[in-house]
Amino acid sequence: MKFGRVVGTLVATHKYEGLEGVKFLVVQLLDSDLQPQGDPVIAADGTAQAGPGELVYVIASREAALVCPVKFVPVDHAIVGIVDIADLYDDDDLPAPNVDWAALEAD
Amino acid sequence: MYIGRVRGSVMSTIKNELYEGRRLLVVDRLNLDGSVSDQYDICVDVVQAGVGDVVLVLDEGNSSRQILDREPDGAIRAVIAGVIDEITLGQRDNDGQ
Repeated sequence: MKFGRVVGTLVATHKYEGLEGVKFLVVQLLDSDLQPQGDPVIAADGTAQAGPGELVYVIASREAALVCPVKFVPVDHAIVGIVDIADLYDDDDLPAPNVDWAALEAD
Repeated sequence: MYIGRVRGSVMSTIKNELYEGRRLLVVDRLNLDGSVSDQYDICVDVVQAGVGDVVLVLDEGNSSRQILDREPDGAIRAVIAGVIDEITLGQRDNDGQ
């Protein structure tokens, strides 16, 4: 899933019948520093509570079709949840990695 | 699957019911030299990974649903499937030495 910022709403009256009742939102996807990354997308609102300005997280491709109460609704992005707190660390603040990362011994 | 590093967590009250009671961690994808790439995922943690850990991320729906025992449907795709102990890279000669 990726972070997103809801930047608008969208209404489409004339559409595929399977999309009836789906709430569409315009979402700017963000990188892990919460900065805009890529183009905005239109996402189905799986929470039914997201609105413009909210920080949300979005799932894409086939799993997006499983977010709404009616399963397999044909969408390719869906809002899974609304972020209360995103606790993100900078490089310098992360503890040293626990992993032994080495090159093979030269022959 | 890919190698990632946990750089944070997400707290969320309003969310899909599949995520109730589950930890959501923000994982930056790493290149093979250990540097941070520009890709990342918000993942469900099933191995009690901590911030700073280098982890194995599984980013595929059916496998993730299998891990969470939620076949055949469930809106989940990225899961932290393991904490990495050791990575060894390099090449051997073609004669297997």
